[in-house]
Amino acid sequence: MSSFKDLFDTYNWDDTLASIFSKTEHDVLRALSNTKRDLEDFKALISPAAKPYLEQMAQLSRKLTKKRFGNTIQMYSPMYLSNECQNICTYCGFSMTNKIPRRTLTDAEILKEVAYIKSKGYDHILLVTGEANKTVGVDYFNNALQLIRSKFSNITIEVQPLLQDEYELLIENGLYAVLVYQETYHREEYKKHHPKGKKSNFDFRLDTPDRLGKAGIHKIGLGALFGLEDWRADSFFTALHLKYLQKTYWKTKYSISFPRLRPHSGGLEPKVEMTDPDLVQLICAFRLLDEDVELSMSTRESEVFRNNIVNLGITSISAESKTNPGGYAVAPESLEQFEISDERPTEDITAMLKSQGLDVVWKDWANNWQD
Amino acid sequence: MLQIADKKFSSRLFTGTGKFSSSQVMKEAILASESELVTVALKRVDVGDAQDDILSHLDHSRINLLPNTSGVRTAKEAVFAAQLSREALETNWVKLEIHPDPKYLLPDPIETLKAAEELVKLGFVVMPYIHADPVLCKRLEEVGVQCVMPLGAPIGSNKGLRTQEFLEIIIDQSNVPVIVDAGIGAPSNAAFAMELGADAVLVNTAIAVSQNPVAMGIAFKMAVAAGRMAFEAKLAPVVHKKAEASSPLTNFLN
Repeated sequence: MSSFKDLFDTYNWDDTLASIFSKTEHDVLRALSNTKRDLEDFKALISPAAKPYLEQMAQLSRKLTKKRFGNTIQMYSPMYLSNECQNICTYCGFSMTNKIPRRTLTDAEILKEVAYIKSKGYDHILLVTGEANKTVGVDYFNNALQLIRSKFSNITIEVQPLLQDEYELLIENGLYAVLVYQETYHREEYKKHHPKGKKSNFDFRLDTPDRLGKAGIHKIGLGALFGLEDWRADSFFTALHLKYLQKTYWKTKYSISFPRLRPHSGGLEPKVEMTDPDLVQLICAFRLLDEDVELSMSTRESEVFRNNIVNLGITSISAESKTNPGGYAVAPESLEQFEISDERPTEDITAMLKSQGLDVVWKDWANNWQD
Repeated sequence: MLQIADKKFSSRLFTGTGKFSSSQVMKEAILASESELVTVALKRVDVGDAQDDILSHLDHSRINLLPNTSGVRTAKEAVFAAQLSREALETNWVKLEIHPDPKYLLPDPIETLKAAEELVKLGFVVMPYIHADPVLCKRLEEVGVQCVMPLGAPIGSNKGLRTQEFLEIIIDQSNVPVIVDAGIGAPSNAAFAMELGADAVLVNTAIAVSQNPVAMGIAFKMAVAAGRMAFEAKLAPVVHKKAEASSPLTNFLN
């Protein structure tokens, strides 16, 4: 197969959903007792039939996570570089039609933000932008990487999908990972939420991780935006994507994120609700499916939720995040992409982690070994 | 007494520094284990910072640092990482780990051999982490590594000596110390490796992720010492089958 699309096209959304809902208690028990779990086990673990076994799933998830990742949590900080965007996305604060002031950080502004983030201890950074090819394209990313490469051990981007050779260029200049969420794997529903702009091309986005894998990226982050469509089916396709990529690009590491729709300027109400127990079930199911995949949790979630989830399978978290360009030091009052929920300062988060016997990891990479 | 390059070790237990709940717990467990060689991932530490949390906790007269190249994917990157480490940490010892596969962290034999050859030429004491591959061990010995570190099972798996048959061949053939690295999940696994004749073992996850890392450090210390003592005392042979009274094939000799 040349890309994930070929595999994806052999699946049907409704059949997949029906298959998940047809899983029985017997399937769940078998999935729990297996030591190697496949995608059918994953379906059982995210099905309604697994709900009564949530505590058992959490215990197992915690045990497997400790074995692989030890008593540690990796810290990272997002840094928004631009809210300029030529896409219309129904759920996003940066959507083209939203009348908000647009800003793209200059070199001086980037360095000012960096100084603040560094002062909090962060060494792994996530650069985020909207999709505006002329102002925030490969040249802009490349410049930003060169500007901050010596200041962070580990640099991830979450920007518009690029071409393989563009990724290769950025990797040469210190890029470690790329996060690219499909938002929803429901083709028709995707079209509704992305009516205009390059992002409306479902297939181009779907095959982005393939282009990244071919470019030899160190890590790819996957995920769906929960609230657009049924979370169970979207999670199954995320898992299918993960398993495909792991087999195809075996030198690359993978992470999964679990964003739920949050309020924002011009906001959209979730079509399908995902409750807290649902999210816990999903996180544990991913850990039971894969002992090695990194599971990440942002400040979208509440204090109480985050305090507890760090012990159930999550391996990296952010804190004190700003979702507006310049939000840390340059323009703290500008409009955010979405409202975060857990607003505690970094110091409080690290104290919370330590009080739970978790070592806070700031640095787990060196980006000066490559040519 | 175990000797690697110019260093003598009274403990045959080497330890790691990952996965502990804090650097303080790490230090207490390592000191309790009496380990004298402690590996630290270069990617986890800031070699330029004297206040680095992990490094400052390892600043102890008994502890020798063994920087490892975990995270590199090629020989070229490994050599570069080792050189940076030598400059910053003032040690020419390096645990060579090249695992292009981030899932099981299995070592790449081809890149490892290439890097080992280069690093030996550059004057490093090279301790390569490898599969339990007897031929590869001999090839590494030929390029001048000071020991070999074959795995017992996939790293972090705690599955014990799944590679026993090959470890026995390696131990039998080797002219350099053999250190069983990875997969040792319990003190009994460590003792068993020592009874087989391994020169030392390297343990991390089993200590770091235990409920009581300090006690587990002591348990491993005792197991390694007991296993070594048993090896030196020579184990009594295992009796597989009782002798039989009749000898149908050799009766004609009588």
